[in-house]
Amino acid sequence: MKTPVSWIKEYVDVPAHVTTEELTRRLTLTGLKLEGIHSPGAEITGPLVVGRVLTMEPEPQKNGKTINWCTVDVRDANGTGEPQGIVCGAHNFAPGDLVVVVLPGGVLPGGFAISARKTYGHVSAGMICSARELGLGEDHDGIIVLPPDAGEPGQDVRGILGLDEEVVELEINPDRAYALSLRGIAREVLVSVDGATGFRDPAVRDTPLANDEGHPVVVEDGEGCPVFVARKVTGFDPAAPTPDVIAQRITAAGMRPISLAVDVTNYVMLETGRPIHAYDADELQGALVVRRARGGERLTTLDGTARELDPADLVVTDDSGIIGLGGVMGGETTEISATTTSVLVEAAHWDAVSMFRTGKRHRISSEAGKRNERGVDPTICEAAADRVVELLVEHGGGQAHPGVTVVGAPPAMPTVEVPGDLAARVSGMAVSEEQSVELLRAVGCEVSGSGVLSVTPPPWRPDLTDAQDFSEEVIRLVGYDRVPSVLPTPPSGRGLTRAQRLRRRVGRTLAGEGYVEVVSFPFVGDADLDALGLPPDDRRRDLLRLSNPLSSEADAMTTTLLPGLLRTAGRNVGHGLGDVAIFETATVTLPRGSSPAAILPVDRRPTDAEFDALDKALPAQPLHLGLVALGDADGSGWWGAGRRVSWADAVDGVRAVADALGLTLDARAAVVAPWHPGRCAELSVDGVVVGHAGEVHPKVCQAFGLPARTVAAEVDLDVLVERAVDLRHAPSFSTYPVAKEDVALVVDAAVDAADVEAALREGAGELLESIRLFDVYTGDQVGAGRKSLAYALRFRAPDRTLKEGEAAAARDAAVALAGERTGAVQRS
Amino acid sequence: MSGPNTDYDPVEVTPLKADEVEAMREAALAAVAAASDLDALKQVRLEHAGDRSPLALANREIGALPPQARKEAGQRVGQARGAVNQAIAARQAVLEAEHEERMLVEETVDVTLPTQRRRRGSRHPLTLQSELIADLFVAMGYEVAEGPVVEAEWLNFDALNLGPDHPARTMQDTFWTEPADHHVVLRTQTSPVQARTMLTRKPPIYVVCPGRVFRTDEYDATHSPMFHQVEGLVVDEGITMAHLKGTLDHFASQLFGEGIDTRFRPSYFPFTEPSAEVDVRCFVCRGGDGVAECRTCRGEGWIEWGGCGVVNPRVLVACGVDPDVHSGFAFGMGIDRSFMFRHNLEDLRPLFEGDVRWSSAFGTEI
Ligand SMILES: [Zn+2]
Repeated sequence: MKTPVSWIKEYVDVPAHVTTEELTRRLTLTGLKLEGIHSPGAEITGPLVVGRVLTMEPEPQKNGKTINWCTVDVRDANGTGEPQGIVCGAHNFAPGDLVVVVLPGGVLPGGFAISARKTYGHVSAGMICSARELGLGEDHDGIIVLPPDAGEPGQDVRGILGLDEEVVELEINPDRAYALSLRGIAREVLVSVDGATGFRDPAVRDTPLANDEGHPVVVEDGEGCPVFVARKVTGFDPAAPTPDVIAQRITAAGMRPISLAVDVTNYVMLETGRPIHAYDADELQGALVVRRARGGERLTTLDGTARELDPADLVVTDDSGIIGLGGVMGGETTEISATTTSVLVEAAHWDAVSMFRTGKRHRISSEAGKRNERGVDPTICEAAADRVVELLVEHGGGQAHPGVTVVGAPPAMPTVEVPGDLAARVSGMAVSEEQSVELLRAVGCEVSGSGVLSVTPPPWRPDLTDAQDFSEEVIRLVGYDRVPSVLPTPPSGRGLTRAQRLRRRVGRTLAGEGYVEVVSFPFVGDADLDALGLPPDDRRRDLLRLSNPLSSEADAMTTTLLPGLLRTAGRNVGHGLGDVAIFETATVTLPRGSSPAAILPVDRRPTDAEFDALDKALPAQPLHLGLVALGDADGSGWWGAGRRVSWADAVDGVRAVADALGLTLDARAAVVAPWHPGRCAELSVDGVVVGHAGEVHPKVCQAFGLPARTVAAEVDLDVLVERAVDLRHAPSFSTYPVAKEDVALVVDAAVDAADVEAALREGAGELLESIRLFDVYTGDQVGAGRKSLAYALRFRAPDRTLKEGEAAAARDAAVALAGERTGAVQRS
Repeated sequence: MSGPNTDYDPVEVTPLKADEVEAMREAALAAVAAASDLDALKQVRLEHAGDRSPLALANREIGALPPQARKEAGQRVGQARGAVNQAIAARQAVLEAEHEERMLVEETVDVTLPTQRRRRGSRHPLTLQSELIADLFVAMGYEVAEGPVVEAEWLNFDALNLGPDHPARTMQDTFWTEPADHHVVLRTQTSPVQARTMLTRKPPIYVVCPGRVFRTDEYDATHSPMFHQVEGLVVDEGITMAHLKGTLDHFASQLFGEGIDTRFRPSYFPFTEPSAEVDVRCFVCRGGDGVAECRTCRGEGWIEWGGCGVVNPRVLVACGVDPDVHSGFAFGMGIDRSFMFRHNLEDLRPLFEGDVRWSSAFGTEI
């Protein structure tokens, strides 16, 4: 809400020493936050004066335009007293008119510096200004022509145009709809600013009594429209200009002056908070009827949009049909026009929820709607209508029609029981019951009783419904700045949960392994999954779709972290980085084709069954870990060549995490997108598959703009954390001598090393301390389709020195079992 | 020692003469002194202290002397051999020391060469910021609560006193999921975690919940469809706004520095009543002399930090807490926003672009 400070001071007296800064500081502390203090002319510097046009010579130009060569009297403002020669492209003025002149040396908004310059064969010494050039709004017909009595030539024009006005912009919270008016702001000044007095309520005025002579109105839906007031002004001059003060004030508020009739309704809305609608009375046919729309009815609103109405929409009709969406927007057919001489003024109170729904349904956001849907004082319809009539008569030359239509009555405000000590109990500061009563009365409440107070809010405060709402009123006026600072004393905490600690450990482990953590948006589209090469039946294609995605290319919640990670890796490559290792931990969304999540009641706790059902209605959202690496794992340098990442790094990244969690990770060959079909490991813990790792399929690398041999992994971190070894027993190690045996086994190339190792372990028995694969050889010496695996075995007993031959026997048993299981033959 | 000489030659054995022994000794010591390196010394040892050295040979002759002469000759030869061995050992030590010194000089490297062979990893600054905040509250005795990102509409809105027709619902531009009649949203705030906490725990409740939230904001320098929030919730007997103020003052001073406190301004959130906006005192100018030129707070002396308030009794009822027995407070701040002004970041996009150079700058702790 933006308003000139001078307008506020029309309704409340503020001590002279209270500056605008102090005034708005106080308002900020009681809940109307200052967004800024503007002055319409803040950006204008230098001489800006009234000028009288002495002569104007139209001069047609080669480009088809006609310019006016003018002489303008600015008296001594130019230092010489001689008429000022100025070229002007506008034509909406005549000799003798008073205009706004910026002289050389002046600067207009946007840093536009004015100097004498040669143009169209003249030296133009200054400029005759339009409203837009001064930052005062849109141009209508050209330059500003001031009223004949506006001032004397040479006089500074800032005061005349209101350019030196201070305009304050206040943020109004949705519960404070009353402050979307000068009436409300002035009242807030009264209760917030020390020394403010003399509040003059613009909505309190003597209004003529209702009679039968007014325009007939029938309200069929009294709940939707509890009060409807109609007044009429006839003999109105549609060409009558809007007085400057009204135009300036509604412009300051961010609205555009349109015509006197429209401007006055906006002006009174700003003044009182009550939205007003004005009809061209000559276009109305018969009685106005307020009712809900019927299926299939349509209306073209005055913004030119043809709308299909909903049976829940409140409409105003006459004999011609629907003429307006009540309280939200009027219709085209009865709109005020340039020929309107008879105006019907409607001031009606509408049901706020209905206003909100209609506005949302039709996507109409208007100043009137904003107020109607948040709640307006229902008792001021007559006063607001009367004020509009008064202004139309005063400035538009019309006559007030004697008819006054009033249908319905404002609903009574509910009385609420408020404990007298509630403000003290809620705030933790000393607030007496007397003080509470006094402050509640200051904001307009009626208060009676003691101990438990009976409080009735004023009609402009429909937001005050609960006892705690009233305590907020008291506390904000005592001052939030007086609330003491006291630390509560929580019970002894249990710290982070084990899962929380382990998740942190995962992040630190990967950072230690050289990976950089990234955060990606979880949005994904089918094209991303195509780029991953996922087959049509892949479970990761079962996506939770968004109804209102920001982009149709990413219209769902992702089931995998890989698209985001591969895209991020691609961005890094695009930035010229050749060695990149990144990881992310985030939840993915896996739909489980469930029932709706019920909208439960709020006046009680849901039952356990209801709460359970709510959870089950949500998709599964496991925490995943993903990583991607490309380029060199270890850099090259003076020490020698670097080491490129390989599929093994992807597996080892996950293995590092598993190690940190005390888990043993098993790998198996698998064919899964988006990995290279021959270089993908399915990873498992205790037989439970947790994810995959390996080299990314060359086609996928290409699709994401990544170099070949990029590697990636994705695992379910929840499963890993859940299975993490909890309590580890302290280990003990044998100090007896170790016996070392090396074996080289030749197997078929297709045999998994993991199987050979498992057989060796089992065959070697208890004496085996460790086994390490130290070489893999393929080539002539073992023959085509074969490979040699060389293992170092270490044997040791916990309690004695091994006897001669014992280790060799264990080794032989290991080799024998490996031969049996995998066809391994010892290499000679 | 050899046995008695049976074919005793009465002629006096030449090498055992005193001057002969002395000559051998002098020759040996001279050779030791002349040995210039360990190899030369090894040769000297062979020649003058080995089994075939003159003194060793002389020693063998002692047995051939008459018994009365043996003692004197033995002493003479023994002393000479001792002196030679001692000299060799001393020379050995000197030469070894020299050798070692020379080797160390020869092995000198350029220690200014680059050493980083392995890439360094790092954690995301928002993760670190979240953990830092969580730790501050854990230190006060709070626990960290969690909840899903894809959330039931009822928990994100209705349970928090945001009914279907609440004007405040339009303030938060919500991502809805298909099918629409399933009433599932991307949470617009971390508050549903608070509702979940009250629904599953008995008071006293002291929790914070950091997490991701979503709004349908187009992505630009100051808006993101996904950002991070941290909310706190306390439900206990006798909880007041004063406790809220004390907690946030403490939080502010821990995060932004000693002496940094907060300011409350009345505001409106359906979840709380009374509600307040929290401003934190500018930690750069502290609202002091430099405030007018301060870029961090734009001359305000205060920085908008978040929202807070006393939990609305309606919310307590919907979540199964008796408002006649318990009261509570709640607060919420943007983690990204806190990070941005704490670390002087004006465009939020680097947070989500994943450029490894950017994240790496923050290392593994902030
Ligand atoms: Zn500052």
